[in-house]
Amino acid sequence: MRALCWHGKQDIRCDTVPDPKIEHPRDAIIKVTSCAICGSDLHLYDNFMPGMENGDIMGHETMGIVEEVGSEVTNLKKGDRVVIPFTIFCGECDQCRRGNFSVCERSNRNKSLADKVFGHTTAGLFGYTHLTGGYPGGQAEYLRVPFADKTHIKVPLGVPDETLLFLSDIFPTGWQAAVQCDIQPDDTVAIWGCGPVGQFAIRSALLLGAKQVIAIDRVPERLAMAEAGGATTIDFSKDSVVERLNELTRGKGPEKCIDAVGMEAHATATIDSMYDRAKQAVMLETDRPHVLREMMYVCRPAGVLSIPGVYGGLLDKVPFGMAMNKGLTFRMGQTHVNRWTDDLLRRIEMGQIDPSFVITHTVGLQDGPNMYKTFRDKLDGCIKVVLKP
Amino acid sequence: MSRTRGSNQALALAQGLGWFSIALGVAEVLAPHRVTRATGLHGHERLVSSYGVREIVTGIGLLTAKDPTPWVWGRVGGDALDLGTLAAGVAGPQRERSGVAFLMTLGIAALDVACALALRRPLPAAMASFRRRSGLPKPPGAMRGAASDFVVPADFRTPEALRPLNEKAG
Repeated sequence: MRALCWHGKQDIRCDTVPDPKIEHPRDAIIKVTSCAICGSDLHLYDNFMPGMENGDIMGHETMGIVEEVGSEVTNLKKGDRVVIPFTIFCGECDQCRRGNFSVCERSNRNKSLADKVFGHTTAGLFGYTHLTGGYPGGQAEYLRVPFADKTHIKVPLGVPDETLLFLSDIFPTGWQAAVQCDIQPDDTVAIWGCGPVGQFAIRSALLLGAKQVIAIDRVPERLAMAEAGGATTIDFSKDSVVERLNELTRGKGPEKCIDAVGMEAHATATIDSMYDRAKQAVMLETDRPHVLREMMYVCRPAGVLSIPGVYGGLLDKVPFGMAMNKGLTFRMGQTHVNRWTDDLLRRIEMGQIDPSFVITHTVGLQDGPNMYKTFRDKLDGCIKVVLKP
Repeated sequence: MSRTRGSNQALALAQGLGWFSIALGVAEVLAPHRVTRATGLHGHERLVSSYGVREIVTGIGLLTAKDPTPWVWGRVGGDALDLGTLAAGVAGPQRERSGVAFLMTLGIAALDVACALALRRPLPAAMASFRRRSGLPKPPGAMRGAASDFVVPADFRTPEALRPLNEKAG
């Protein structure tokens, strides 16, 4: 089959690789009908995430048709239409029984490695670093789904792939980011980053009843899309984020802040951004935490910082004393996708939201390598790429 | 919708211009006498060498920048400088060679401008399409709180002591 494979920094190729096979009675094989490039794939593309190996198949936003099931998968059959969550989970361990699927204790087949790096293991993830299991991803014609009896979202026929695909990651990720804020009717929610997750966080905060949603970015088309979703926007290349947020909140700061940027915050003309760039260049820091610093500074005391943006390693000059003295609450983590998807599928079917609004490019798998660059460089108005194998 | 072809071609062109810049720059730095002989600028070797450094820097910028657009416009500025210098050469004793070089540089300048325009951000009309992409069935104001039936799980709730006073009172 054809698949998009990682071969090093900024080197993704459409290769021919062996078809996946059932390896365990709880596996399923799906024929991929649509998949997408995620912002967190770009961390792999830019080689900021340790633990990738030559030839790894990319992709963790995938849907398709069940082709084959293992003997213990009794709730799926050939021909079923499924969206595959990016987190692989067993559904039986202590964490899964609490709904904390992204920290499933059993699905990471490189548990000993993850234990060493993270202290305790996290769940296995599709198409990601070997720290999270090194499972082949879904930017391919076929995908093997481990723990398939749990790791799926069965979806109805008759609804386009484009409307359902993002249940795999970015919609529930934006939703969880807003849920982590426990939004109250008087809240102002400030969201850094208007990429796909930021866009879904904006709409989730609005649907959950935030009085004011403020979105921060510098890319005109992303800001325009944020405005379409009901956000007041701040272009950080033109305005001071801190001054504008204080103006918009009568000097008090937003109650809730969402970091939908993560480790690759764009280096602007701020001293801390230049510092991060310099330290990263000499390998003394892995991540650029400019957004985290800004959120800690501007958030209203006793506020909440919600962090769906992905961080990979070591962060420097994080003003934790400021956060402690202001009594800020931090909530973060990979998304417990299936904890939210039944509800979100219902909201899609009710017509509360059509997630396809975010798609700007649809191409074949063979055009995937070029689209990584287009998406990474925010060219051609690119916000979300869907691939059709 | 696929709108990638034009912009990918512009990116490829920008990369090509980057390599061209570096090649020309290296030639100007290492062999300024040959370059001045070919362009009718005899006696201006140091000036040509300095232009070579500019070309190399621009080429590296084009090949390494996330967004090559400002570097392509930088090339357009460099073209203007080159054209001005060659125009002065046209008035000199080797006007034929300078004239040919002037016309060639004019052609390259046109390519640079075309590349820069192809890389530019979406036009206002394209921006309007982003402003229509709400994903919501009604205007955002009408959708505020549409999902208020959602019950935030206990482990995601703000601690009681940090809740707004009006809500605690209620």
